[in-house]
Amino acid sequence: MAAVTRGSLGAFRRLLLSQQSRRSFQLQSFRCDRTLQPITFRCDRKLQVFSCRRLHVAVVNQGPIVQFKLSDIGEGIMEVTVKEWYVKEGDKVSQFDSICEVQSDKASVTITSRYDGVIKKLYYDVDATAFVGKPLVDIETESGSEVIQEEDVVETPAMAQEEHTHQEIKGHKTQATPAVRRLAIENNIKLSEVVGTGKDGRILKEDILNFLAKQTGAILPPTPFQEIQTPPPAPAAAPAAAKPVSTKAAVKPPPATPKPVFTGKDVTEPLKGFQKAMVKTMTVALKIPHFGYCDEVDLSRLVALRSELKPLAESRGVRLSYMPFFIKAASLGLHHFPILNASVDEDCQNITYKASHNIGLAMDTSQGLLVPNVKNVQLLSVLEIALELNRLQVLGASGQLGTADLMGGTFTLSNIGSIGGTYAKPVILPPEVAIGALGKIQVSRGQTEHTAQTDSGAAEVRRCWSGGPSSHHEGQLVSGSPHYRRRHHVSLLQPVEGVPREPGQHGAGPQINSFPISPGEGGTPR
Amino acid sequence: MSESTMMSQIKRTFSLLNQRACSRSSSSFFTDSDSAGLVLQSHSTDVYQNLALEDWIDANVELQGRGILLLWRNRPAVVIGRHQNPWTECNLPVMRRAGIPLARRRSGGGTVFHDLGNLNLTFFTSKKAYDRQRNLKVVTDTLRRLRPGLDVQATDRFDILLNGRYKISGTASRLSRKSSYHHCTLLHSADRSALSSVLRPSCPGIQSNATPSVPSPVANLLDHAPSLQWEELLGALVQQYNTEFGLHSALTVIDPTNESMFPGVGEMEMELRSWDWTFGKTPKFTMETQLELTNEQPPARCSARLQMEVKNGQIESCHLDVPVEWVPVRLSSELSSVLIGERFCPHRAAAAFSALLRSESGATHTRLHRLCDAMLTVMG
Repeated sequence: MAAVTRGSLGAFRRLLLSQQSRRSFQLQSFRCDRTLQPITFRCDRKLQVFSCRRLHVAVVNQGPIVQFKLSDIGEGIMEVTVKEWYVKEGDKVSQFDSICEVQSDKASVTITSRYDGVIKKLYYDVDATAFVGKPLVDIETESGSEVIQEEDVVETPAMAQEEHTHQEIKGHKTQATPAVRRLAIENNIKLSEVVGTGKDGRILKEDILNFLAKQTGAILPPTPFQEIQTPPPAPAAAPAAAKPVSTKAAVKPPPATPKPVFTGKDVTEPLKGFQKAMVKTMTVALKIPHFGYCDEVDLSRLVALRSELKPLAESRGVRLSYMPFFIKAASLGLHHFPILNASVDEDCQNITYKASHNIGLAMDTSQGLLVPNVKNVQLLSVLEIALELNRLQVLGASGQLGTADLMGGTFTLSNIGSIGGTYAKPVILPPEVAIGALGKIQVSRGQTEHTAQTDSGAAEVRRCWSGGPSSHHEGQLVSGSPHYRRRHHVSLLQPVEGVPREPGQHGAGPQINSFPISPGEGGTPR
Repeated sequence: MSESTMMSQIKRTFSLLNQRACSRSSSSFFTDSDSAGLVLQSHSTDVYQNLALEDWIDANVELQGRGILLLWRNRPAVVIGRHQNPWTECNLPVMRRAGIPLARRRSGGGTVFHDLGNLNLTFFTSKKAYDRQRNLKVVTDTLRRLRPGLDVQATDRFDILLNGRYKISGTASRLSRKSSYHHCTLLHSADRSALSSVLRPSCPGIQSNATPSVPSPVANLLDHAPSLQWEELLGALVQQYNTEFGLHSALTVIDPTNESMFPGVGEMEMELRSWDWTFGKTPKFTMETQLELTNEQPPARCSARLQMEVKNGQIESCHLDVPVEWVPVRLSSELSSVLIGERFCPHRAAAAFSALLRSESGATHTRLHRLCDAMLTVMG
C-alpha cells in the first residue's frame, strides 16, 4: 500500500488527510466533494484499502457472482437460525470450506461452500432466521470455473479456516506420541508452546517436564515425577503408536509447513489483563531504589539431603524439589531480619513488620510471571511447604490461581536457575521490600576436596538478593549497620548450607529449626 | 474369539469403511450386510475422548447406505450445546470445586449432566437417512419390550417422557456436508441431586441469544423399573437396533484413544478441551449486575453497577459505576480498562487485579480489594 500511495496517490492522500482533520471523513461526503473529480479512482467500501483492492482486483479475472442458496436440510425443515459465520465479505473460500453454522430444532448444521471464490455478500446477521431455498451468500467465482460435481472427499467437522488447532497456530504441526499428548493435556499445556528436542522437533516427555519446571520455578529432578497411566494399547497398535499423528495431512486443511511462515508484517495488539496491570506495578516497583547483593553458596549437603528425603516425600504423594528448602531457609532468615519482611505505607511514614512469612514464588505461566505465595511459612515444615507448593504449581499450570493465592505476599523468591540462568537482578514487587533470585545449581570446578564426598561434586547455587525501601526516604533503613549486616545474607543462606543430614523425628523433614544461626558470625559461603 | 483377533477385525472394518479417501468404489465389499452397520461401545468414560470419537466417526467414516450405533457414558461432566452460554447454563464455581469438567459438543440443543448412570446413544447415518423419530423408536421399543407396562413416549420435541411427564431422554444432532449424527441420553441411574446443583447459572444478569435450555423434571429408569440392570438395557438396545435396521452387528468395545485405529482423534480431543472451543464459542452476550460493597473498619456499604459485553468469551467492553467515596474514579476505571480484551474468566481477572492491588495501600487498598472480590464473584 505504501508503494502505491507514495507516488501517484500523493495528492489523494493529502486530500484524505485534510478531509480527516475537517472531520468530514465519510465515504458519502467524499463522493459528494467535487474537488475530487479529477481523481480517477472509484470509491470502494473502505477508503484506506481501496487503492490496494483496486489493484488487486485488476489482476484477478472477475467471474460470475453466484447466489448460493441454503439447501434442503432434511426432515421438512424450512427455516433455521444463523448462529455463527465462519466467513466474512471479502474472504476467499474453497469448495467444501465451512461457511456458517445454523441451528434448527436441536440440530446444529454446518453449511459448506459448493464453489471456489470470494464471498461478496452475507444475506443474514447472526441470530437471524434463514430460509431454505433462499440465498445465503453471494460468491464471486473465479472466471472459467464450473460447479464441480460433489465427490466423496474426506471432510473434517466444523474445521473452518479460522478454527485452528493448537498445533496449527504457529504454522506447523507438532509431533508427539499419544502418551506425551496425554501428559500435556493433563497439565493443560499447549504443545505449540513446548520446544521439542526429539527427532524432527518431536516433543518428548522430558520436554513437557522441562516446560512444567519452567512454569513452576522448581528445579525438577532428572527422573519423571509422575507415573503416566496409559490404557494398554491393542497389540497391533503398539508399533504404530509411535508414528507421527499427521497422517491426516492428506485431508483438506492447509498443509503442514515445516516452519513458521515469515509474512514480514508487524503485528500490533493491545495489552490486556495481567500484562497491562503489570505495566503499572513495574513502574511503581522500579521507583524503589534497589540494592543488590550476589553470592555463591555451596549446596553439596542440600543436594545430598534432598535425594535422601525424596523417597519419603514421594511416599506421601509430595514432589520434593529444592524450592521448599529455600523457602524455609528464607523464613528462618527473616526471623533474624524482620525488616526484610516489612512494608511501608504510601508516604513512607510508617513501616509495618509483617508477622506472617508469606513467601511468594515467581511462576512462569501462560499469562506471564505470576507470584503466588505460601502462607505462614514460619509455621510449616519443609514437607508441608512442598505440599502447598505442589498445589500452587498445579493451579498455576492450569491458569486457576485465585486472589487468595496471589495476594498477601511479604517476601518473594524467584528461581532463574530453572531456565538455566546463573545470575539475575530481580525487581522487588511492591509492597514488599526485598526479593531473592536463585541461580541454577551446578557443579563447580576445582572443588576436588568436595568431590570426594559426593558423587556429583560440589554443588553450588548463586544467589542474588535485591532489597530496597519503597522510597528514597527509606534509604536509612538499609544503610548503616543493617546494610552492613546485609553482608550476613550468608546467614540467610546458612540454614540452607548447614541443613543436617538426619531426617526429622516427626518424619516431617529435617529439623532445620534446630540449626543455630548467629547474625554476628558471617562465615564464608564456601 | 480372542481380543486381538477381534481388534484386528475391527481395524480392518474401519479401514475399509474409511473409504472416503479412496476414489475407487468398493461396492463389492459393501453389499455384504454385515458391513452395513456397526454397533460400538466406547471403553472410555472421559467426556472429551468420547466427543472426539464422535467427531472422528462423523469425519472419517463413509456412511452412505450404512449406519453406526455408538454407546457411551461419561464420568460426571456437564455438556452444553454448540451455541449455548456456559455461564448461564451451569454453575462453574460449583463444578470447579467438585472437579466436574465442562465440555461443549458440536451438536445443538441444551445442557445435560452426564454421569455413569446416564447412557448416551449416537446414531450415525448419511444425511439422507437422518431420521430422529426412527432412532427414538428403537429406544422406546426396547423399553416396552423389556418392561411391557412402562409408559414411555417420544414427543415431537424429540424428548422421551416417562408416565407422560418425566424426561428420561433428550436429543441433539449434527448435520455436516454428507453425514449426520443424532445422539440422545437415557437416564438409567444418574445422580439427580448432583444434576440439580450443577445446572444453575454461574452469573447473574446475562442477556444473550444463546440457545437456552428448557428445564424439565427428570426421572431415572431404575426408579420405575428397579430390576432393569445396565447390561440388560444395553443388550436389548443393540438387539432392537439390529431389528429396526435389518442388521446383524455384534457389540464391539473400542478405545477412543487408539491413534492407530482413529488417526487424528487425539488432536480432536485437544481441540474439545481447549478454552477457545469450550468458552470462546459462546455467542455474544452482555452482563449487567449490581455489586454490593461492604467494609468493616470503618463500617461502610454501597452499591456499584457493572456492565460488560463479551464476545468470543472475551470482554469487549466493561463499565464500572462505583460511588467515588468508595474508590476514586481513576481506580475503578483502571479495573475496567485492564479487563478489556481479556478472557471473561475469574482467574485471568484475579491475576490482573492482584497486580493492580500492589500499587495501593491502606484503606484504599482494602476497599479496592472488596470491589475486586465482588467483581470476581459475578464472573463465575
